Amino acid sequence: MYKALILLAGILISTGTLAQSGDPVNGKAVYEHWCSPCHAPGARKHPGTAALEFLYKGEKPAVLEQRLDLTPALVATFVRNGVKIMPPFRKTEISDKELADIGAYLTPR
Amino acid sequence: MRYPPGVSQSDFDRALSQFQAAIGSDWVFIDEADVDLYRDAYSPLWGEEEEKIPSIALAPRSAEEVQALMRICNEFRIPVYPVSTGKNLGYGGSAPVLNGSVVLDLKRMNRIIEVSEENAFALVEPGVSYFDLYNYIQEKGLDLWIDCPDPGWGSLIGNALDHGVGYTVNPYRDHFEAHCGMEVVLADGDVVRTGMGAMPNAETWQQYRWGYGPWLDGLFAQSNFGVVTKMGFWLYPAPEAFRSGSVQVMGYNDVHELTRVTAKMMYSGILNTNAGVQSPMQFVLGQNPEMQERYERANAEDIRILDEFAQSNNTPFWSSSFKFYGPQEIVDSSWAYVKKQFAHIEGVRFQDQEALQFPMPYEELMQTSDENHLGVPSMSVFQLGNRSNFNPAGTNGHLGFSPVVPMTGEAVLQANKVLGKVLRDMGGNTVFNVPPYSYHQRTFTILIGFTVSRDSDTNQKTREIFRELVRVAAENGWGEYRTHTAFMDDCAATYSFNDNALLRLQQRLKDAIDPNGIISAGRYGIWPKHIRDEEGKGIADINSARDEEGGSNV
Ligand SMILES: Cc1cc2nc3c(=O)[nH]c(=O)nc-3n(C[C@H](O)[C@H](O)[C@H](O)COP(=O)(O)OP(=O)(O)OC[C@H]3O[C@@H](n4cnc5c(N)ncnc54)[C@H](O)[C@@H]3O)c2cc1C
Ligand code: HEC
Repeated sequence: MYKALILLAGILISTGTLAQSGDPVNGKAVYEHWCSPCHAPGARKHPGTAALEFLYKGEKPAVLEQRLDLTPALVATFVRNGVKIMPPFRKTEISDKELADIGAYLTPR
Repeated sequence: MRYPPGVSQSDFDRALSQFQAAIGSDWVFIDEADVDLYRDAYSPLWGEEEEKIPSIALAPRSAEEVQALMRICNEFRIPVYPVSTGKNLGYGGSAPVLNGSVVLDLKRMNRIIEVSEENAFALVEPGVSYFDLYNYIQEKGLDLWIDCPDPGWGSLIGNALDHGVGYTVNPYRDHFEAHCGMEVVLADGDVVRTGMGAMPNAETWQQYRWGYGPWLDGLFAQSNFGVVTKMGFWLYPAPEAFRSGSVQVMGYNDVHELTRVTAKMMYSGILNTNAGVQSPMQFVLGQNPEMQERYERANAEDIRILDEFAQSNNTPFWSSSFKFYGPQEIVDSSWAYVKKQFAHIEGVRFQDQEALQFPMPYEELMQTSDENHLGVPSMSVFQLGNRSNFNPAGTNGHLGFSPVVPMTGEAVLQANKVLGKVLRDMGGNTVFNVPPYSYHQRTFTILIGFTVSRDSDTNQKTREIFRELVRVAAENGWGEYRTHTAFMDDCAATYSFNDNALLRLQQRLKDAIDPNGIISAGRYGIWPKHIRDEEGKGIADINSARDEEGGSNV
């Protein structure tokens, strides 16, 4: 499942479904509302960070905001498909525009 | 696009254009990819034919838009399933009970209409989450606490309507109990305000609950009689201090006195928050098959040996943790008083746990043992079932079995015995197992969380165990306080006094208030007349049921 998602993300990139370029400033605000409660630093109170710390064992940062390998398409794939205990987000929660903004915020520049 | 059951394609196409005209086409989700976001992410039916998947989703912005949508659904007899924030994970997520229903997603209705510091209440719309209300109170610097469940992203309204619970004090922690006044849109689009809200210029809608005449609010929780568009909630004036402590007793039979005294103090209001009965011995017993066997049999000789075993391990058989909120003097003297009430139990031990004073900076609140017990919403509970050393592959969520049992030592022992036996006999993956805990004022609730997976064989097995637990609990006189959408009929069938008289009454109400049976068909076992069988259960093949009834042709 996990690998399949990453693969799927690759397909999305190649077909350029997510051509929309996002606004990282708004992306930060949306991220802080929807993602930080699980992905902020500190594994004890942030289950996203805890799971990624366990998964990557230091190979990659456990905090998404510190990652160097995220792309808008990869982020979108996880947000719209969910993974393990992280459910997908509906468009009334995070619109496509806001999703592109989160993608821009999480993409290293 | 998927079509809902029991509606002809031509009718549905006409309804669609009316939906679009009513709320704008951006908020009518018809693409399967968009609608799939409403699948229950923690579904124990994932990928199976029975999985509950909506046809389309509608996202109105106001009560007026809800009214317009309900009129259209009613005209075309379209099954519709309202959710507030749709985060009811473990109990069905944002997916309907009746496969193919149209989800009415109220997330965009997210106004905090009023918060009164002086009279300590909030009036909110369905899309307002615990995070939203907490942030609002912090930004305005109000001297109020909210009472939140573990996950902060859920809504006050959706949570309360499913009889959800939190962790501060009475009456705030039982969220339906903490509500005061509702606004509800009915199936025909009419809008009703309950309690004092029925007065056009009401000044006490959120302060006096009963209004005038019969109190109808209970009809709208765990049911399908209307779409709630506003709800008032009482808030807790921020307390000065918090303290927790535990009481530990050594002997097997001490559970009776521990529970009796706890219950008495609950009913006296000295304890006014959650407490439970844990067994520190359980872990030790689990590692010793002979002792485990004695625990399960528990005759007089077994109990004598178990008590010696507990002594030699220096491990108390039972313990309870208590929490106190309020002025410092009262918190301190309550704990002192509570200790005195248990002092007569031979060998009793007391342990002070946390002692906190407020206000406390947010960062420090997040360092406490459980911020949710201090009215601070978070997501830390999702550590359950998460990837970890204990569970390297992680899970796809969980499913909660939650029967209500009496607050007696006898019930604690019996529940451990009979529910434990089902789990031992049938196996099954549990992700957590919360011992008897007073989520509600006068009972214990046992909470068993099963792992949900993407593998249907595993899920089928889990469903079998779940149904057996429902059966065994009912045999003992215990019913679930709330259940997942996959088991709504199973649990309803256990509330069967006098040939299901309660369900039959609910059906009569359903047929009267929502004659076309459009709202949340099947929720809590209540099926509308056109799709229920002799026993009151939902009919799987709705399309043919409608044909026979002479309804719309499909
Ligand atoms: C790890 C974990 C921990 C949890 N801990 C707790 C806990 O401590 N306490 C607790 O109570 N729950 C808990 N839950 C269960 C659940 O997540 C919460 O109860 C959550 O608040 C419910 O989701 P919601 O508020 O989005 O409600 P929704 O999903 O919006 O609503 C729930 C149901 O109520 C009905 N409904 C909702 N809104 C309306 C409306 N406006 N009109 C008519 N009907 C409506 C619908 O049938 C809907 O399916 C937990 C779940 C998980 C996964
Ligand atoms: C309920 C808590 C929760 C929330 C809220 C949440 N996540 Fe996650 N997220 C997780 C968990 C847990 C994982 C790890 C899953 C696993 O075990 O593989 C994860 C994984 C991810 C991954 C995959 C990283 C990788 O390398 O595998 C991405 C990307 C991600 N989340 C993005 C987001 C974004 C963006 C948001 C906000 C829109 C968000 N998450 C909100 C819990 C959450």
